[in-house]
Amino acid sequence: MVFPWCIDREDTVRIRCTIFLACFLWASCQREKRDIEPSPARLAVFGDAARQSDLRPGGPVHPQHVVNNPYNSSGYDISEGQRLYNWYNCSGCHFDGGGGIGPPLIKTTWIYGGEPANIFDTIVKGRPNGMPSWGGRIPEYQIWQIVAYVRSMNGLQPTSATPTRPDTIETNPQNLQNRTTGETK
Amino acid sequence: MNPGGGIRLTLAGSLLVLSGLAQIQNQPDDGQWIMAPKNHASTRYSTLNQINTENVRNLKPAFEFSTGTIRGNEAAPLVVNNTMYIVTPFPNFLYALDLTKPGAPMKWVYQPNPSPSAQGVACCDTVNRGAAYDKGRIYYNTLDVQTVAVDANTGKEVWRTKLGDINMGESITMAPIVAKGKVLVGNSGGEFGVRGWLAGLDADTGKIAWRAYATGPDKDVLIGPNFKPFYQKDRGTDLGVKTWPSEAWKIGGAAAWSWISYDPDLDLFYYGTSNPGPWNPEQRPGDNKWACTIFARRPETGEAVWAYQMTPHDLHDYDGINENILLDLTIGGSLRKVLAHPDRNGFLYLIDRQTGEVVSAEKFGYVNTIESVDVKTGELKYNPTKESGFKTVRDACPAPPGLKDWTPSSFSPRTGLIYLPHNNMCYEAQGTQANYIAGTPFVGMKVRMYAGPGGNRGILSAWDPVKAKTVWSINETFPVWSGTVVTAGDVVFYGTMDGWFKAVDARNGKSLWQFKVGSGIVGQPVTYKGPDGKQYVAILSGVGGWAGAAVSGGLNGVDGTGALGFLNATSDLGKYTTKGGMLYVFSLP
Repeated sequence: MVFPWCIDREDTVRIRCTIFLACFLWASCQREKRDIEPSPARLAVFGDAARQSDLRPGGPVHPQHVVNNPYNSSGYDISEGQRLYNWYNCSGCHFDGGGGIGPPLIKTTWIYGGEPANIFDTIVKGRPNGMPSWGGRIPEYQIWQIVAYVRSMNGLQPTSATPTRPDTIETNPQNLQNRTTGETK
Repeated sequence: MNPGGGIRLTLAGSLLVLSGLAQIQNQPDDGQWIMAPKNHASTRYSTLNQINTENVRNLKPAFEFSTGTIRGNEAAPLVVNNTMYIVTPFPNFLYALDLTKPGAPMKWVYQPNPSPSAQGVACCDTVNRGAAYDKGRIYYNTLDVQTVAVDANTGKEVWRTKLGDINMGESITMAPIVAKGKVLVGNSGGEFGVRGWLAGLDADTGKIAWRAYATGPDKDVLIGPNFKPFYQKDRGTDLGVKTWPSEAWKIGGAAAWSWISYDPDLDLFYYGTSNPGPWNPEQRPGDNKWACTIFARRPETGEAVWAYQMTPHDLHDYDGINENILLDLTIGGSLRKVLAHPDRNGFLYLIDRQTGEVVSAEKFGYVNTIESVDVKTGELKYNPTKESGFKTVRDACPAPPGLKDWTPSSFSPRTGLIYLPHNNMCYEAQGTQANYIAGTPFVGMKVRMYAGPGGNRGILSAWDPVKAKTVWSINETFPVWSGTVVTAGDVVFYGTMDGWFKAVDARNGKSLWQFKVGSGIVGQPVTYKGPDGKQYVAILSGVGGWAGAAVSGGLNGVDGTGALGFLNATSDLGKYTTKGGMLYVFSLP
């Protein structure tokens, strides 16, 4: 590949110039990249990480690949997750984590697993006893942001990234995680 | 001696007796319990008097039966032809128990297999409030918006009709009644942006004969030339469209999720509609008709004859769905055919059931959100300092479940009193933007509830409907979320969420007997004459419903906004009771 600006130069300059511009353009592409469908998504839904049982027939197995949330540790993503949690009416059933129509999300035991991949899986596929299936309705990066927020309610995200400022009269993730007991008071 | 005068006296006496018998509250009673409200007048009064104020202290358990469900058991058991029928919460099993045999063994169980996903659109636990018996069949509803008819002898399904779609947020939790060959059924989903309706199904075939929406144009609401509301404020064309912002009536709630009464002489049935959606009132300027309204309709056609909107532009989730007890009462010297309606908004309305005129409307507990109801214009006056919206409102009373929720009251013709199980809660709230996404909640309000004045969250009140005042009351720790039943033995039965089944004296509220059951009570007591001629009293225990969701849903009380804010008021319930549905039946030894 040859760039026009580099053509009328001596060889070394031409090569250096080409490499520099290629790197510059590559970086620009990265900057503009929209991570609409990050690759761990498919693995979360279809792969090993979405297992629902700790019981695996055939004896001990090697540790499996863990799917990490690509939107895990930024305050912006958790804050966005909180906004989207209300926007898509997650709060209509789970409220600010205490639950109501749906089960509580501030908890010590998770019905369908509390790892990021499990929560992602729950949102995408739905669950049989009332959890709607949101796959195809919410962009995957937003689902990951909601996953980060849900885990932040339980203090499972870095506190440095968790918002401290409440949006409403009660929503305050850091306060909630301080009060996380897994039981009703 | 004056024989003529004697005859006149006798005649007058006979007329008194006759007119007494003709009063609608004096319903014939064969000792069975064939529909959840006991009879079409919804009195929940039994003429049985073996169990009375003297001997009720000797009541002992006769038998128990596990419903196998752990959500709120809100249903009234039915007793017909020596068989007891019990509808469970989701998955809505129908059990038939043989009362002629020792221990009342199961005759059969009918399993309608509703969609488990329906649990995701049940606002306030996956409850069911019971069934109705008519001409050899049991009729009831499933959470996934179906009505079923089951052969009362064999347990075989006769028909089933799908009436709505869970993907539109609809469900059914109410107990139907049968009137003039029509099974009357309404949807739930006032918190899911449904469009409320009540349907008449042909009892023989299950075919939908008519469906009356509560919002939209008059033709959909079944408002025609015979519609004569008493008040000017309820008159006009297409008010179900014009009292909403553009198109908002299509997702405006006004579901008919609770009780229906029927007057065969007037050939009118009565029911109320729920709150408008969303809760946040700033998203729906206008009166929001016909939410929070009582309708009078014809059972054969569904045609509306009158309507009265109790709470226009609802600000506090004051559904108008509570029971309507049909009574003939002498008020101001004349006999009035009324319905008594203890509304969530805290007023007990006596309404002329022929015309829709409000005879009286008085507060039956602590209310600061509404100042008064004008019986001349039918209008209520809100307290402007307690209006909800995007701003924050605090110390507004009663809280969204109202001064009294669906839990049905009873009326005794012997005492002339209505026995009201109700709440004493206030709340604080802040509106948020509600987004309509079909099949998900449409509320837009962060709510926290707490105990009202006095600190007790529940009250049982005996109310004199003629004098419009409380005669006696009993404070309870938790909201009184069970129904009441009153008997000719002058005993009132009710249950509490901390698990006590209680009997009190109908005349003075004196405690006569109580029994600790396995789980908190949110069901409806009934009483019946068994095949052995003895009087029995039955109640389902099994805490849940909106009030008991803290336990039945395993909620986490650190978030007071849980369960639409009820969790803030009941986060201690888990210290008093655990979940589990169980039938208890009591009798004298």
